[in-house]
Amino acid sequence: MVSVNLCADQFALMLAAPGQLVSVTHVAADPHVSVMAAAARGLHLNRAQAEEVHALAPDLVLAGPWTSAYTVSLLRRLGIAVTVIPDVRTLDDVPDALRATGTALGREADAEAMAASFTADLDTLRAAARDAPGPRAVLHNPGNYTSGTGSMADQILTLAGLSNVAAEAGIAGGGWLALESMVMLAPDMVIGAEPYPGASRAEEVLRHPAARALAGPGRRALLADSDWVCGTPHVLRAAAHLRHAVERAP
Amino acid sequence: MLTLDALTVARGPCTVLADVSLTVGAGEFVGLIGPNGAGKTTLMRAALGLLPHRGQSSLAAMPAQARARAVAWMPQSREIAWPVAVETLIALGRLPHLPRGAQLAPADRAAIDAAIARMGLESFRTRAANRLSGGEQARVLIARVLAQDTPLILADEPAAGLDPAHQITLMRAFAAEAAAGRSVVASLHDLGLAARHCTRIIALHRGRVAADGPPAQVLSAGLLAEVFHITAHVAQTPHGPVCQPLEVIR
Amino acid sequence: MRDHPGLMTALLALVLALFAASLLIGPAGIAPAQALAALLRGDATAEALVMREIRLPRALLAVMIGASLGLAGAAMQGYLRNPLAEPGLIGVSGSAALGAVIALQTGLAASFALGLPLAALAGAALAVGLLLALAGPRGGSLTLILAGIAVSALAGALTALVLNLSPNPFAAAEIVFWMMGSLVDRSMTHVWLALPLMAVGWVLLAGLGRGLDALTLGEDAAETLGISLTRLRLMLVAGTACVVGAGTAVAGAIGFVGLVVPHILRPFVGARPSALLPASALGGAAMLLAADVAVRLVLPDRDLKLGVVTALVGAPLFLHLIWRTRAEGL
Repeated sequence: MVSVNLCADQFALMLAAPGQLVSVTHVAADPHVSVMAAAARGLHLNRAQAEEVHALAPDLVLAGPWTSAYTVSLLRRLGIAVTVIPDVRTLDDVPDALRATGTALGREADAEAMAASFTADLDTLRAAARDAPGPRAVLHNPGNYTSGTGSMADQILTLAGLSNVAAEAGIAGGGWLALESMVMLAPDMVIGAEPYPGASRAEEVLRHPAARALAGPGRRALLADSDWVCGTPHVLRAAAHLRHAVERAP
Repeated sequence: MLTLDALTVARGPCTVLADVSLTVGAGEFVGLIGPNGAGKTTLMRAALGLLPHRGQSSLAAMPAQARARAVAWMPQSREIAWPVAVETLIALGRLPHLPRGAQLAPADRAAIDAAIARMGLESFRTRAANRLSGGEQARVLIARVLAQDTPLILADEPAAGLDPAHQITLMRAFAAEAAAGRSVVASLHDLGLAARHCTRIIALHRGRVAADGPPAQVLSAGLLAEVFHITAHVAQTPHGPVCQPLEVIR
Repeated sequence: MRDHPGLMTALLALVLALFAASLLIGPAGIAPAQALAALLRGDATAEALVMREIRLPRALLAVMIGASLGLAGAAMQGYLRNPLAEPGLIGVSGSAALGAVIALQTGLAASFALGLPLAALAGAALAVGLLLALAGPRGGSLTLILAGIAVSALAGALTALVLNLSPNPFAAAEIVFWMMGSLVDRSMTHVWLALPLMAVGWVLLAGLGRGLDALTLGEDAAETLGISLTRLRLMLVAGTACVVGAGTAVAGAIGFVGLVVPHILRPFVGARPSALLPASALGGAAMLLAADVAVRLVLPDRDLKLGVVTALVGAPLFLHLIWRTRAEGL
């Protein structure tokens, strides 16, 4: 079994029996984007290219919906079975992705158990979140990228007891919110991303004086990309982390 | 005005100018003659300190600012880089007399107007200098040299490209400068012009001074044959000496 | 100012008007009166924050960088006596960007305050020096442009390489920023970072006027008019490297400003290189302010690069200039 997509990698690493998974993508071993980095470290790391995957002679390849269609069709022509793990766009898609991975790996029971536990945790968090109208928060990602209504990030904010300012600005799904528009919306909290090593201009905006002035002490939270780059059950960890930050906020 | 002592210029292994020693005094209009490659331009540029040389030149020894007020130089290449007005271009001759950032004073204006009148350029004052004909450009550049108002003028083939009337005007202008106590050294190809207007002629041959003296003395049949490989009709007339080249000696 | 009071006043008024427009136009849509009041008040309100921390540094940088590019373009053209010389086109800005990217990715920029602009300055100085050496003192068009293409291509490739080698996933996507330039989300920090070196560069370039005027007559004539060409060349290289380096370090490489502005203004100052310097500085500021307002009007939320706008105006003009240069047989 070989996985060629970061999200499929993480689902497979959660569900596969020891020895069942031979190779995952190299990014799956990067703790900045992968919650399963530790588990990936012993495995062969691929770069999602048909030639190297073929050389591993897998029985099945797990791909994502965004995996190059050309690579997928090439693998199929080479006689290798490819299963595409469905995209997780909202929290409610997580159990389906788990089940799809479980079926592909022949680990249906484990997948079902994990899905059930996720759903239960989600229900608990939702029940807890409904009580009070929370502070208004904005997701401020590198390059002023944010997430509005209908996105998983928006759901996570809701779970954490926050109200999404990007939704007020009329952003649906992902989108860009100019820094000055963000300042004018005057959110109570700014939720940023943990910085990557090296430097980039996209991340520099997170340290812009205006963004800093907006989020005074205690009104700023950082989220690790790894917790929600993919919709794994770990997204609930991000929600819990955020709720904790909200509770501590002045 | 100008003293050269054993001035020598070498370009690689070739000696372009060898041990030239001469003195130019006030009131002299010196015609520098010689065939192509005799070293006329090299002599003048080395005397100005524009070329690396051995030996002494009174001009090259001066600091740049002092030299700019002691000698004006008209190079052979008639460069006018931008479409500046004729008047503006001629005013550049006043640069050495202007303190940094100062405006043109009445004395500067007078020098510019005198130079314009001398070269008959009144009707060209506001025309773009680089759009004039070659001969007109030459007259503008001569006017610039006159406007610099220095005791000594060095000019490299100033008469080239001028029509007969303007050649005579130019030579008279230089002669008038000399008569007023200044000195002019001009390289000339037209032996007739040199004979008629110069007070003194220096003939260069293969980087050395072949003859130096009054026109009638220098322009001998022997020198013309040896240096220029020509015969010429040289005569004293009521209008002054004339020299008309006739045949090439093979 | 003295020689062409009408032109300089008009340019100054244009810069002021565009500066005001730059302060008043933005996605936040604050009413003009309210915006100006917030700018002067400078309290803790959202309006004041937007005006003082986002729009003011952006407008200031547009003026500083635009003036720098206009000035550097006019100075380089005057020195090389070639209307096609421009820091962006001949790879000086690109090399400055390479220096900046190296400083950022190696951590040099974070290790001391002026690390970033100084590294960009080093890149720019290397490129100007190399180009002047390659193109020779007279700066023939063909040699200059060919040398410029080579320097641009090399600097661009190395910039891309450094950014691709960066462990930061966002860095590689920022090649466009470094090659096209942008003033989005710059802060007063960037203004203070660029200002010292730029000021030095302005002084150096502004002092070139007399020498550039004399160079109209060619090098020999200039030298006998008392101009030291060695000193002139040194001041040009240092001044250009200072202003282009500091500007590129904070806003990326912005092309064509130094080409378009001197070209448009030259007839208004009677083509005198010394008069063109201050006029081009003001004109450059106006052009970059206008371009930066334009990118905000076209795509308010997204970071459309300044170089896109300047190239749309500048590239056709550049082609026209090549055509004319060829027609004149230069």
